[in-house]
Amino acid sequence: MKEELQKRIVKGPGGVDIEVEPLRDYYCEAPPTVMPAAYSKIVEDLFNWARSESIWILGFGTGCGAIEMRPLMTPRFDAYRYGIQWRPTPRQANLFVISGYLSVKTLKRAIRSYEQMQNPKYVVGLGSCTINGGMYWDSYNTIKRLDDYLPVDLYITGCMPRPEALLQGFMDLKKLIRAGNAEGANQYAENFKWYKDNQKKVIKDWDMPDYSW
Amino acid sequence: MQALYDKLKQHYALGELSEQRADLCFFTVPREHLSSLLLYLRDVEGYTHLVLLTAVDWIEQNQFQLTYLVNNRLSANDIGIRVLIDRDVASMESIHHLWPTAATYQRELKEMFGIDFPGSPRIDEDFILEGWQDLPPYRRDFDTLKYSEQTYRDRPGRVTHDPASHMKQQLYPDAED
Repeated sequence: MKEELQKRIVKGPGGVDIEVEPLRDYYCEAPPTVMPAAYSKIVEDLFNWARSESIWILGFGTGCGAIEMRPLMTPRFDAYRYGIQWRPTPRQANLFVISGYLSVKTLKRAIRSYEQMQNPKYVVGLGSCTINGGMYWDSYNTIKRLDDYLPVDLYITGCMPRPEALLQGFMDLKKLIRAGNAEGANQYAENFKWYKDNQKKVIKDWDMPDYSW
Repeated sequence: MQALYDKLKQHYALGELSEQRADLCFFTVPREHLSSLLLYLRDVEGYTHLVLLTAVDWIEQNQFQLTYLVNNRLSANDIGIRVLIDRDVASMESIHHLWPTAATYQRELKEMFGIDFPGSPRIDEDFILEGWQDLPPYRRDFDTLKYSEQTYRDRPGRVTHDPASHMKQQLYPDAED
């Protein structure tokens, strides 16, 4: 375990000793819970409509696919006209686009970022690397199936998909959300143990809390 | 290049000179001479820039080849200095006192090839592979396909086509070879 996560005594003001246990004090240990739908269908439909019209993407590029995001956010393809925008922090984002191959080292950061995003949240896997490993199918360091580690709502095929394909993918995601079928976050909460087991199988130096938000 | 090589040869046990281009040449030195040769090249001959430090795994000869590429900015040419070390006791003298950046290369070589550089800063820390437990992955006896099959789950339905026959089938199905 990393040194900054170890239990330690910190000198406070006035010479008071404060015992700090980072895993317990800085992180919430409670696993994620399933978020139930609203009390009536018409209200849930309204919520879903609102969610689908404000897709905020976490600005986290994991592989070569991140390069496809630049033309999307700039005037040439201008995704902002569909209510899609990029945010600098997981707290403000509700869509995580895994843009291409995911090395084990990045997977660790991706999991933490995903868990820090607030519900409702969605994951889109971009390109063949996230689907079956793509051209990195025999690599010692990249995962092959993204849905073993994070709940994926939608895949966009291609190597790399063009920005038009991404826009089409976002439109499909909107349909999924409006139909109430983008339940990735709840799936993650329901099968939390399965996801954690898979994650820990490839991340050998697990030195973070099981659920960090 | 040849003039410099002849000059160096009077003091160091250099191997054969191989000139790749007019501004790029390679030669081998014994490991004991490396540090003083690099120091001489850096301080006297103007090879002030370490371009890269990399390794090749010659598994058949049971050797690692380290290549130190240094660059002379003024005369715009590069020299690659090769050092052959034993593969079983893969350990080499560190050159971080000559170029601090070498420490990063050495950390990478430690992780990817398992070549040790005693005394190099942060040499034992993880670099890219966090928590790696298997053989160093750039060693040629490491089977990356087998490792990937054991570690990561496949999605069924993946097919591989031979590009030549597949494209022939697609474009000219009637053509004879």
